[in-house]
Order: sequence, then C-alpha cells, then structure tokens
Amino acid sequence: MKNDFSSVNPAAIPDIQQHSSYKAGYGIRRAWRVFPFLVAAVVLVPVCVVFASFLSLDDEIWQHLIATTLPNLLTNTLWLSLGVIAGTALLGISLAWFTSVYRFPGYRFFSWALFLPLAIPAYVIAFVALGTFDYTGPVQTSLRHWFNSDLLWFPDIRSGPGVAIVMTLAFYPYVYLLSRDAFLTQGKRLLEVAQSLGFTRRQGFFRVVLPMARPWIVAGIMLALMETLADFGTVSIFNYDTFTTAIYKTWFGMFSLSTASQLASLLILIVLVIIVTEQRFRLRMRFSENRKSARVERVPLTGWQAAAVTGFASTVLFFAFVLPVVQLSIWAMDALTVGLDQRYLEFTWHSVLLSILAALITCLVAAMLAYAARIHSDGYTRFAIRLSTVGYALPGAVLAVGIFIPMAWLDNLLSDWIEIISGAETGLLIQGTLTVMLVAYMTRFLAVSYFPLESALQRVTRSIDEAAAGFGITGWSMLRTIYLPMLKSSLFTAATLVFVDVMKEMPITLMTRPFDWDTLAVRIFSLTSEGQWEQAALPALTLILTGLIPIILLVRHSET
Amino acid sequence: MHRSFIFSSHFGRWCSSFLLIGFLFAAPISSQAEEIVVYSSRIEQLIKPLFDAFTKETGITVKFTTDKEGALLTRLIAEGKRTPADILITVDAGNLWEAARNGLLKPVTSPVLEANIPENLRDPQGQWFGLTVRARTIVYNTQKVKPEELSTYADLADPKWKHRLCLRTSKKVYNQSLVAMMIAELGETETERIVKGWVNNLATDPIADDSLALEFVAAGRCDVTLVNTYYYGRLMHENPTLPLAIFWPNQATTGVHVNVSGAGVTRYSKHEAAAVRLLEFLSSEQAQKLFVELNMEYPANPQIKYGEPLSNWGSFKGDPRSIVKAGELQTSAVRLMDRAEYR
Repeated sequence: MKNDFSSVNPAAIPDIQQHSSYKAGYGIRRAWRVFPFLVAAVVLVPVCVVFASFLSLDDEIWQHLIATTLPNLLTNTLWLSLGVIAGTALLGISLAWFTSVYRFPGYRFFSWALFLPLAIPAYVIAFVALGTFDYTGPVQTSLRHWFNSDLLWFPDIRSGPGVAIVMTLAFYPYVYLLSRDAFLTQGKRLLEVAQSLGFTRRQGFFRVVLPMARPWIVAGIMLALMETLADFGTVSIFNYDTFTTAIYKTWFGMFSLSTASQLASLLILIVLVIIVTEQRFRLRMRFSENRKSARVERVPLTGWQAAAVTGFASTVLFFAFVLPVVQLSIWAMDALTVGLDQRYLEFTWHSVLLSILAALITCLVAAMLAYAARIHSDGYTRFAIRLSTVGYALPGAVLAVGIFIPMAWLDNLLSDWIEIISGAETGLLIQGTLTVMLVAYMTRFLAVSYFPLESALQRVTRSIDEAAAGFGITGWSMLRTIYLPMLKSSLFTAATLVFVDVMKEMPITLMTRPFDWDTLAVRIFSLTSEGQWEQAALPALTLILTGLIPIILLVRHSET
Repeated sequence: MHRSFIFSSHFGRWCSSFLLIGFLFAAPISSQAEEIVVYSSRIEQLIKPLFDAFTKETGITVKFTTDKEGALLTRLIAEGKRTPADILITVDAGNLWEAARNGLLKPVTSPVLEANIPENLRDPQGQWFGLTVRARTIVYNTQKVKPEELSTYADLADPKWKHRLCLRTSKKVYNQSLVAMMIAELGETETERIVKGWVNNLATDPIADDSLALEFVAAGRCDVTLVNTYYYGRLMHENPTLPLAIFWPNQATTGVHVNVSGAGVTRYSKHEAAAVRLLEFLSSEQAQKLFVELNMEYPANPQIKYGEPLSNWGSFKGDPRSIVKAGELQTSAVRLMDRAEYR
C-alpha cells in the first residue's frame, strides 16, 4: 500500500480543533457528529419500508421469477449499465476535456451548449428517438421511399444498444458537468506540470489529469448509473426488460408489492456495494488542488483535428438536444390549439416552486453532510452518509410508496392523539402538504447534490482547515467563512442538478402532491399514459425551457 | 380551529401556496357545498368533463387526484380509515378486483346501477361497477389480409401468421386480462400453447403501446395486431386513409374480449350517498354519451345508442362472461406469458 495520508490527517485535525476551541465548540462538534446519522435515519425510513417487505416472502413468485424472466433481466440490466457507464464516460470526459483545454471552432458555444441536454428528461429523448428512427418514423419511411424497397436493413432502435444510446445522451451531462469542473480548476496546470516532466500531452492527460479528476468523474458516472438503474420511463417506451420493469410488472401485474419491494432492495444492495467499493479505492488517494486556471491560454487545434472535435460536439448536441427540441416544437404546434390554456402558468409555477424549494433544502442538507464528513471522517459517519444517498437508485414509484406508507402511519397516529385529546374528528393532516413532497424529494435527490459537493470539498486543502482551526474558527463560522466561498460553484452545480431533476420527477410528485396541484411533469404523465406523445409535447417543451433557466445561469456563473 | 382567518386575510392566493408548506394547513377547508374526493387512474382529460357535468347537475363538487392504479391502491391501504377518498376509478377490472380483495371498497346497492350496468360488467357484491367497455379486437392491414383469413384470437397462433403479427407488451393489463379470460375458457395448457404460438409469429419485438402497434400494421411491418378499439378510432380520426380495418374475433365462441373502466365506493367513504349518486350519474345516458364522445369507448349501459364513428365499425358480440374472472386469473396470466417468453 502507498502511504496513507487520509487516515492520518482527518484524525489529526479534530485534535487540533478540539484543543483550540472552547467548551461551546465541543457541543457543536457533538451536533456535527450526530447530524449525518439523523439525515441517514430520515432518508432510510423509505428504504427500511422497502426492506421490510422481506417479512412476507412469496416463495412461489420468486421461484417463478428465477425460472423465467430473472436471469435475462439481470444480463439486460448489466449490459445496459455497462453501456451507459462506457457511453457517458466517453462522451462526458472527452467533451469536458476538449471544451476546457482546447481552442477549436465554436468552443465557446459548445462549452455551455453541451450542458443543455440536462434539462431534457430521458423519457422525452426516448420517445422522440423512437418517433424519429423506428420503422414508422420519418427516417426509415423516407429511406424505404427513396430506395423503393421494404427489404432495407436498418438497425432496430428498440434494442439494448438503442436504449443505451438514448440513456447515454440523456445522462452524459452529469459526467460532463462534473469533469469539466475538475478540468477547469486543475486540468491545464496539471498538464503543464506533466509536460515539464517530459510527458507528451496525451501521456499527461492519461497519467496525471485523468487520475487527479477521478472523484468528479466517478461522481458523475455514479449519478448516471443510478439514474439508469432507477429508470422506468425510457425502458418502458422501448419495451426493454430490466430489473425495474420486473419490479413494476410484479407489482402491477401480479399484485405483489412485497415481491416488487424485495426486488427493489436487491437493487439498493447492488448500488451500496458499488458505492462502498469505490469509496474504499478513493480513500487511498488525496486530492488537494484548487486554483482556477481558466485564464491560461488554450491549446489551438487546427485542420482535421479541429474539424473532428467540432463535428463530434455538434453530433452529440444535435441528437441530445436539437433533435428532441425541434421534434417537440413541431408536435407542440400541432397540439397548440387543444393543449394551451391558462392552467399552464399554474403548472409551471408549481414545478418551479417545488424545484426551487427542493434545491435549497437538499443542497443545505448536503452541504452540512459534507462538512460533517469532513470533521468526523470515521467509518461510521462515512457509511451513514453513503446510506443517505441510495435513494437515487430506487425506482421512483417504489420510493414514493416507501415514503407514503410511514407518512400515512404517522398521520393516522397524530390524528388519533388529537381525537383522544380534543375529541374532534380530524382528517389526515400531514399528507397533501408540500412538507411531505420536499422530504420525499430530499430522500431521492440527496445524492445529486452531495456528490458534487463532496468532490469539491476534497479540494479544500487540509492546511486551510488547520490554519482556520488555529484562529479558533470552527463549526458554523468555519462553514460560512471558509467553505462556502470555496464551494460556491459546486453548490450552484448541485442546486441546478436538483432543480432540473425535481422538474422532471414523476412518481413521487404524482403520489404526494396536494389536490388540484398539478405540475408540468404530472401533465406529461397524464398525456403519455394514453400514448398521446404528440400532445405531451407542449408541457414537455415548457418543462425543458424552464429547466434551461438555471442551467444557463450556471453556465454564466462558471464562465466568469 | 382558526384556520380560516389566514385564508380570508389579504395574503391572497399566491401566498397560500407557500402556506401549504406548513403542517396544519393540509386538512381540507370545510366548504358549504358537499364535496367528494375521487382517486382516479383514468386521466384527467377523460374524466374531468364528466365531473363538471355532475357538479352542474347536482351541486356536489368533485375533488380528484390521478395516479397509476398500484400507487392509488397502496395509498388507500396506507391511509386506512381516514382516507379522504370516496371513490376509486380505474381503467381495468383487474385492479378493481384487487381493491375489492383488499377490502378497500364498500358494497353498494343501487337499483339504478343494477338496471344500467349489465351483470357481467360489475362485481356481484356491488363493490364496483364497469362504466365503459373497452373492446380488445383484431385490426388488420386491408392491403395484405382478407377478413376471411381471420377468425379467433387463438387462430393468430397458427403458423400461417408467421412474421405477420404485432403485439403490444404483455406488461399492459389489457393483454393480461385477455389472456386471463382465455385461461378461463381453454385452461392453462391450451392457452400457453396459443400464447407461444403468438410469440413465434411475431414480426417484431412486442411494442410499448397500441397506437404504435397500429402504425406498424399500417406501415406494413406486420399484418395484424390486437388493440383496444378507441386507439383505432383515434388514429383513423387523425388519418382516415390508413389501410386499417377492424375484425371482430370469436363471434362464434366467447365473443370479443371486453374489459371495463369502472369505479367503486371506498370502504371508509364519509360521503357514501353523494358517492353513489356520482356512480349513478356516470351510468346515466348523459354521462355514458360523454364517455363515448371523449374517448370512443363503448358505453357499459346497453340501452345507450352510439353514433359515428363507433357505429361504422359494425356491431359485435362481446364476451358475456363475468369480468371478475379477469381479476382472479390475472396473476396466472402474467406467469403464463412469462413462461411463453411473451415480453
């Protein structure tokens, strides 16, 4: 093993802080000790509900699943995950590298434009892709027309590779966003150091820059992977069987919510294993570099290299953003007469309000978690924090149920008490409030805000901590005066990700929203569940355009 | 409770959105007019006009929320005796049957409903009632298939349809209840043989929805498919020149497979009388005609006459057997389709 900084340092810092702070500080430190466990407890409630399903095991259904569909589903899910990991890594890292270090035609434009697909829900890319490239879509129809032949071979988009490509296009922005953050802050400088040591540019990238950017890249890929595992919309549009489709089929088709939950808990376990393994590996490294190098000169590309990079970036942007938006606009024009009424303002307002509140709360909690992990970096704390991010890998509807059941239980309990005390009969009080929705969103999207913050926090050098502790700055004031300014850009990234994700979220919103409180995503659900994709174009387009606002703000922020 | 002063003050509507965040503002503000609450898996566009008509006629307002059936049933179970819901509406019989099995629905005796809704389209105990009929039938490409070639659902398993059949995924409840009713008629072994035959005849992997299956037939990717008639109606309305036509299968035997979109009163409803009144209204002529108009589904009430476009599709014999069977055998149907590798 290499020398292990991280196991020495974190232990050393608390000591320093402890000695230099006075008694009140100790209580606060205790609070930080407990905080991650509190958050984990809240987030784990739904997860526990899901695991509690093992109390009623239905042997028969399990035997049936193992004998029939399960083996196939597992291989499908595995290949899909590998495909998406490879795809998002390839697109995300390469595009981030090109746009942060090189100068090529349109580099300014691409560096922000490549963020935009973040606003498009995967299921929207999926139904546009299907509508365009399937047998009855314009592409194949025109090809058949031109060649006047029915025998023309065209790759079937409703296939494993088809789904993987669609998901890659939908999820690569996570990797792009985070690795670009890493490259912009450290890439160019590292490359110069590497070159001064005699590496070529290519060697410098693969041997120095890439390994140093690993926490960000892995965080991005983890988000893409968890999205893939939890996805139901895209795979059902393609009728591609995965673990998630099995969960829904067992629940809706065989009326066995418990077996569905058991399948879902396997999914959680798989994700936990991946997270913990990755964490183990990462512990051996130490990352501390935080100087903006945006002002450093870009390396100019010329000739075919420049053309190739521009072409590559344009292709990705075309399929991930331009095509869906254009297709939706065409459909929306057709449906404008039926779809548009004053309620759209209300839908949009609800979506925005929920997204903003959820982004604020989730980011606040994530920042506090990241800080708590920093001052108490023992194994228990780390594990508690890891646990609180697994909600992202659960299929939304399963998580929604996991939230709803304990909430309704609590609600009934509360009403029982009120009835006993006051004798007045009350209905359910908590359900149908935004509080429930916001807690639910936090449970689901904590990973989205935590991963970027955590990677960023690793860059704040330990010496800064030590210096601050030396001045007696600890706890809240340390968070406020030292960390917040250094983490501002990552916080902004995290908030944008949560905002956009909440805009797109469907099952939790459906199940926990108050009466008459529809959002854009609810509207899309309503139209698409009867297969009226064209009519869903209008709310989908509104959703995308609204989601673009914070993304553009983010871009402007990161460019300055 | 002094809740109302907040709402009467100058905060306004905009602020009240924020106030929803607070814990105690959740309980419905008791209003003067009677109000009932509906949990519906029938989507807003296809049900709200009916609620509006009901409110206009009776003065009873209807508050509703929409979601998938599985989520709505879980919700009812979790909320228990304090559920705000008075009525559950679904788009298939299987989920109503499952709701009844879990004791979520209340038996209702209503002479009006019993007169309007045929016996095979409702629960024998009156826990739920079918409101519209969704017929699942064969649609074929008129340039490639002669109607004489078609006969029954089972016949589509014949090798003569090799590479000519398109099917929607087995994950959709409409296919699950079709297969469930086949099990009731033919038994598991024979049904499994048929479903395997279908799978062998597929021209392309099972498709995610009925509309797309119809488009595939129209474009010549396959020759026949099984769909609910209103999808056919919708597509032909958009594009009347498509070479598609309906064939009514099983006319000599069980009749065309029918499912229902239906409703029941919840067990813990606090407004039972008003809830029953809504159900009765939904089975009345005015509402039944509105159902037909909204989504081209067939009325469950056999006394209702329907016009174009439904009348153009010809009359058919629907399956007279009780739709309860579709719920009872749904799990078996799902497993059977898994075994037959019908995705």
